[in-house]
Amino acid sequence: MYSVNYHRAASVADAAKLVKNGDAKLLSGGMTLIPAMKTRLAAPSDLVDLSRIKEMQGIKVSGKTVTIGAATTHFDVSNDEKLKKACPALAHLASLIGDPAVRYKGTIGGSIANNDPAADYPAALLALGATIVTNKREISADKFFKGLFETALKDGEIITAVSFTAPAKAAYEKFRNPASRYAIVGVFVAKGKDGVSVAVTGAGDDGVFRSKEIEAALAKNFDAASLAGVKVPAKNLMSDIHASADYRANLIAVMAKRAVAAANA
Amino acid sequence: MSDVSLMVNGKRVSGAAEDRTLLVHFLRENLGLTGTHVGCDTSQCGACVVHVDGKAVKSCTMLAVQASGSSVVTIEGLANGADLHPVQAAFKEHHGLQCGFCTPGMIMTATDMINRHPEGLDEATVRAELEGNICRCTGYHNIVKAILAASKTMAKGTKGKAKQAA
Repeated sequence: MYSVNYHRAASVADAAKLVKNGDAKLLSGGMTLIPAMKTRLAAPSDLVDLSRIKEMQGIKVSGKTVTIGAATTHFDVSNDEKLKKACPALAHLASLIGDPAVRYKGTIGGSIANNDPAADYPAALLALGATIVTNKREISADKFFKGLFETALKDGEIITAVSFTAPAKAAYEKFRNPASRYAIVGVFVAKGKDGVSVAVTGAGDDGVFRSKEIEAALAKNFDAASLAGVKVPAKNLMSDIHASADYRANLIAVMAKRAVAAANA
Repeated sequence: MSDVSLMVNGKRVSGAAEDRTLLVHFLRENLGLTGTHVGCDTSQCGACVVHVDGKAVKSCTMLAVQASGSSVVTIEGLANGADLHPVQAAFKEHHGLQCGFCTPGMIMTATDMINRHPEGLDEATVRAELEGNICRCTGYHNIVKAILAASKTMAKGTKGKAKQAA
C-alpha cells in the first residue's frame, strides 16, 4: 500500500470538508477500497473515514417508507427486525454478501458508491425505485447507476442514506460464482403500486440493468409460470471465463422464475 | 503517522504507526502478538480474524488507525491463564487442526459465531458461517465437529444465555 493520510470524520459536514484534501477518498467499511489500496490499484493521498458518523447509521421504517443510513453495515441490514417485516428481501440480500467478517464491516453506502457490476445492492435499489440521498441532493436509482464502477456522484459528494417505499412483494435470487461468491447473475424482483420491476446484477456489460422482457411477462401475471418460454437477449451481457453471454441470458430467466416463486411464497 | 491507542486482550496499548499500517501488522510487529496470522492477504482466508469491539473481522483488511479507540481480542486473549477457552479445548479434543495455520482465525470466527447463536448451532449453519475461513489442509470436518461441541459446552456454561464476546 502507498502512504496515505487518515482522517476520522465526526459528522457529514466534517467529512465534506476533509474530502477536499488532496486526492482524498471516502472510506466506509473498506471491504473493497482497502484491498484495492493493498494491491496499489487505488492510491488516494487521504482517507476520510465515515464509519463512526452516527447520523449515517441505522434503519428507520415509517409506514411504508424505509430509510437506511449509508454507513449501516450488511450485518445490521440483514438482522434488522423492522426491515425484515417491511422488506424481508433486502435483509435476505444483505445476508448473502461476502462472509460474516465482511458483513460486519461493509456498508450499503460503500457498496453502491463503488457500483461493482456484480454487487448485490444495486439490483435491489434499482428494482425498488430507491432514492439515493447525498449531502447535496437526492438521486433516483435509475439515474444513479451509470455503468461499470460509475455513478452519478460528483467529486466529494457523500451518500448519506438510501430510501424506498416497501414493495408489496419482492425477492432476490443469486447464482454465485463458486469461488468468489460474487453474483454471476443476481435478479431482484419487486411488485409495488407502480407495477413490477426486475433488476439484474452480475450480467450486464454496462453494470446493473432492468430486464424489459421479464417485466413485460410479469406485468400480466406475477407468477413464475408467466416466464415460461421468455427469452432474454444475450446482447450487451458479459462473457468471461465463468459464463458466456448466452449462459447468463438463460440464467437471468431461471433466477427470475425462482425470485418470483420466492416472492409469492 | 498516527497514534494508535487500543485495548488489546484487556490491556491498554498505544504506539505510533504509519496510517497505512494494517491492524494485523500492528498486532504482530508492534505488539508481538504473532498468533494472528496472515494467510492470503486478500481478505479471503480468515487466518487474520480478530474481534474488534466484539465483532469478528479480518485484521488484514482494516488499518490499525481505523481501530484506534476500539477494544481488540486476539487468539492470545481467549484462554484464562492455563485454562483453554471452550472453543480452544474443543479444537484440541476433536482434532480440529492439522497444520494449525488457519486455527487462530477459525477459533476467533467460531467464538463470534457461537456468541451470535445462543439458541445453538447445526452443521449447515456452521458450514455456511465458515464461508470466510479457509483451511488448506481441508480439515473442515473436525473443525465443524469442534465448533458444534464448543457451542454445546458454552450453552451449558451460561445456562443457554448469550455470552458476550470472549
